[in-house]
Amino acid sequence: MNDPSAASSGPLPTIPPLVALAMRPLPLLPLQLALGAVLRGIHRRNPAIFDRLGAHARARFGIKPIDLPFAFVVEAKPPRLSVVRELPQGLDARISASLANLLALLEGRVDGDALMFSRELVVEGDVEAVLALRNAIDDAQLDLATELSSLFGPLGAPARRAFEAARGHVIGSSGQSEQFR
Amino acid sequence: MMELICPAGTPAALKSAIDAGADAIYCGFNDETNARNFPGLNFSRDELRKAIALAHGRGAKILVAINTFPRAAAVDIWHRAVDDAVSAGADALILADIGLMDYTARRHPNQRLHVSVQAAAANPDAIAFYAENFGARRVVLPRVLSVPEIAEITRESACETEVFVFGGLCVMAEGRCSLSSYATGKSPNMQGVCSPPSHVTYEQTAEGTKSSLGGFAINRFGTSEPAGYPTLCKGRFSTAQGAGYIFEDPVSLDATTLLRGLRDAGVTALKIEGRQRGRAYVESVVRHFRHALAALESGSETDIASLKPFTEGQASTLGAYRKTWR
Repeated sequence: MNDPSAASSGPLPTIPPLVALAMRPLPLLPLQLALGAVLRGIHRRNPAIFDRLGAHARARFGIKPIDLPFAFVVEAKPPRLSVVRELPQGLDARISASLANLLALLEGRVDGDALMFSRELVVEGDVEAVLALRNAIDDAQLDLATELSSLFGPLGAPARRAFEAARGHVIGSSGQSEQFR
Repeated sequence: MMELICPAGTPAALKSAIDAGADAIYCGFNDETNARNFPGLNFSRDELRKAIALAHGRGAKILVAINTFPRAAAVDIWHRAVDDAVSAGADALILADIGLMDYTARRHPNQRLHVSVQAAAANPDAIAFYAENFGARRVVLPRVLSVPEIAEITRESACETEVFVFGGLCVMAEGRCSLSSYATGKSPNMQGVCSPPSHVTYEQTAEGTKSSLGGFAINRFGTSEPAGYPTLCKGRFSTAQGAGYIFEDPVSLDATTLLRGLRDAGVTALKIEGRQRGRAYVESVVRHFRHALAALESGSETDIASLKPFTEGQASTLGAYRKTWR
């Protein structure tokens, strides 16, 4: 990240292009397996998400972090996640933003409309499905450090601390809200 | 001190509003009975009961917005919403339709009623009608009035007055606007959804992002140009006089600097728009106005620029409160 302190005083930081370039040869399967397990954990612990998604629970969302050399295809029901080099055709909707903004959105630390207004978030395809997803996730109050550390079994506590520290660098302690305290 | 009335589109946002200092939170059922009928938003009956228990435990009130206009042959949906909100223990119902107010006043005579902004009650006679016939205790004033006009209305009315201090603006024909209905066939006033997302498309072009509603192109934003909601009232159109925003600019109301005038006008409550917004918005905007109200009481200064990132088009206005066009 090029400016970890920016999270508390302005737009969230982006991954420097050189770092993104260095990530390009990395194999995607390990990341896909890990994130797939996280998605299934979220699915188990937050069934209300699917109530809020309603008719859009089976939509296929393409998530593109604009500062990473890969993207994600996510389905809620059944929970499925693929990591891909390029988003395929035929998705119901595509969502593009920096990784930090996407993570902050996942945790409800930034407001999706505000990101649209500032052009930091781009949506294409089924806007209704995207809105349902945004509202469902915002209500779920996800804590990514908790979700990710659940993969580490007995090492969950130190893993959680490490993820919390990483989160602090990426999106600050409270994202958009932090600017106004 | 004036009450701070805050939006919540989800139980999590409601909790954020309470944590940030809301005196009362307004919310609605997840159906066409409320004017923010968007996918993934709003409360089930069970969620509302739990929300009311949470709010009352924290000393906050819950106002339930049933503020759309019942469709012919479907009035039962609205009656059921009223009955369920009363049964859940709502502190007040926010209603727009006179038929629904009559039903509520007869069926639930002890239930506190507020007149929704959607009713567009903008003068003492209209307000007196609601107070005398249905026992309305408060009116949410439409966003067409200057501060002196609000003072005059408040002085002449038996009702408490509530005014918006932050958030999205309509074209000042609240409850009567059919722009979105024309383009989509769905009514903001009867189905609760202005610019339904099912009819919105965003297309990335070489010139930027093109937004359309119901197949009508309504705006095109350059790559780094701040954007607004995809509503026709904030569309940019070409006319014989040139191209631009012919109804209104994509800006948000921010009346932080007018709090003293609103207090002196006798206003009872300040309302924040935005049930469709996320927790980050609710938490930050509510906290901002809680601080602003505390500053008003203590006579200290308030940071008036800090809400800009949450504003539509990244810009704010005092709207009709400080009229410059008359």
